[in-house]
Formats: sequence, C-alpha cells, structure tokens
Amino acid sequence: MASNSIKIRAKLKEDEVTVKALMSHPMETGNRKDSKGEAIPAHFIQEVTCSAGGKDLMSADWSGGISKNPYISFKYKGASAGDDLTLTWVDNKGNTESATVKVQ
Amino acid sequence: MKIDVNRRILLKGTFATSAIGIAISAGLLTPGQVLAAWPKEAFVAKDIPSALTAIMGADNAEESGEINIKAPDIAENGAVVPVTVSTSLAGVESIAIMAANNPVPLIANFNLKEGTESFVSTRIKMGKSGDVVAVVKAGGKLYKAGKEVKVTIGGCGG
Repeated sequence: MASNSIKIRAKLKEDEVTVKALMSHPMETGNRKDSKGEAIPAHFIQEVTCSAGGKDLMSADWSGGISKNPYISFKYKGASAGDDLTLTWVDNKGNTESATVKVQ
Repeated sequence: MKIDVNRRILLKGTFATSAIGIAISAGLLTPGQVLAAWPKEAFVAKDIPSALTAIMGADNAEESGEINIKAPDIAENGAVVPVTVSTSLAGVESIAIMAANNPVPLIANFNLKEGTESFVSTRIKMGKSGDVVAVVKAGGKLYKAGKEVKVTIGGCGG
C-alpha cells in the first residue's frame, strides 16, 4: 500500500537516532456515537512495529486511547546515517501500512 | 429546576449505557488471525491492576522517582494530550501508558528492544481529569509513576 499516510523522520545526532512518526488514522474507540445516535464502529491501530536492518527496535500495542492521527517518537542507538528504518502498523480491521525512511 | 435535575439523570444514564457499549464492542472485537499478539485482555480491563496483570504478568508496581512523565498540568482538549515518558532505570523491557480514569485505562504498551532508549512520546485521549500512569518493566520488576492531568473537555466521546 502507498505509504503516504505515514510521515516518518529519523535523525542521527551523535550516536543516537531520534525517530518521529505521524500516521493518518481515525483511531475510533468504538465508543462514540454519530449524529443519529448510532455507535461508530471501533477502528484503531493495534500494533506498531519499528525495525532497522532486520533488527526490531520497538513494538507497541495500542488501544483506541491513542489520539487520532497518532504521533510517536522514540530513540535508539547503534545506527549510522543512510540506514533504512521501517515502521509498520496493523489496525483492528486487519489493514496494514508501512513506511521506510533513511536515517539522516 | 426540576428539568435540570432530570437532564442530569438522563446524562448519567447515557454515560452508563455507553460504558456498557464499550465493554460489549470490545468483547466482540476479535481481530484474531493476524493479530494474535495483541493482548486483548489487557485492553478490555477496566482498572489498572487487572490491565497490569494481563500485560505485565503482575500488578505490584513499585513507585519510582526515576520515571519522568512529561504531560501538561491542564489539557484543554482531552482528545489530544501529549505524553512523554522517559526513565533512567536500567534494563527497561517495556513502558506502558495508562490514564486512570479512562473507560479502558491501558492506552499503550511499548516493548523496547536492545539498543532502544528508555524514551517514548505520543499523544493520548483522556475522558476526564485524572492521573496519567506510566509503568516501566525493568529487569523483570515493575515500577510506576503518575502525573495528574486536568482535562477541560473530555476526549472519549460518549
């Protein structure tokens, strides 16, 4: 799938890479109602994984309690500029998307 | 005056039913197949101890001053509350973020692999004012810290 719904940046400073990512996703809890009073079905990202060079860096399990269009940031060590970094998410409907970025 | 009272009751009623609604829809939400790893039990738990037991295997987290939670004192919009958790504890395996007063307190659990710093930042929803609790699993033990956030407008719908 196209990865334009994920914006990701990985910046190397000294020996530490700071990853910042924004995903486009409604993050519905399943708990809100529309104007007709009908429940809006839950639709949220459940798993986010991040890896670089075939090595897992971080995996996260989420609930609908993460804000709409989720933002995530974390840091890791042991990378050099030009390394590929991949972020993948899977939501509760089984949709998945991923994006790859080079460490700068 | 009387109308007002009734309105209160009605509102309370709707809140209660919507809470049940969450429970049902959460229970019916069986992502199954691909998402076997997603700890469903932890995300339907209604209080922090049971969520902790489901995700970390224990609920006896120790208060720690080495966990730093960065979150606003007052959040104008409960739908978007920036939270950053970092810790100087050694051997961190995972960091969980919870909002004590949310219908489902567990918001996220970050599993950090070797080489990844003990730092996560994200934005969460908060239904009403309450503590944001961070639980850190380090060296097989649980540590926690909390920070109170006052919410002006709730962000959990209902």
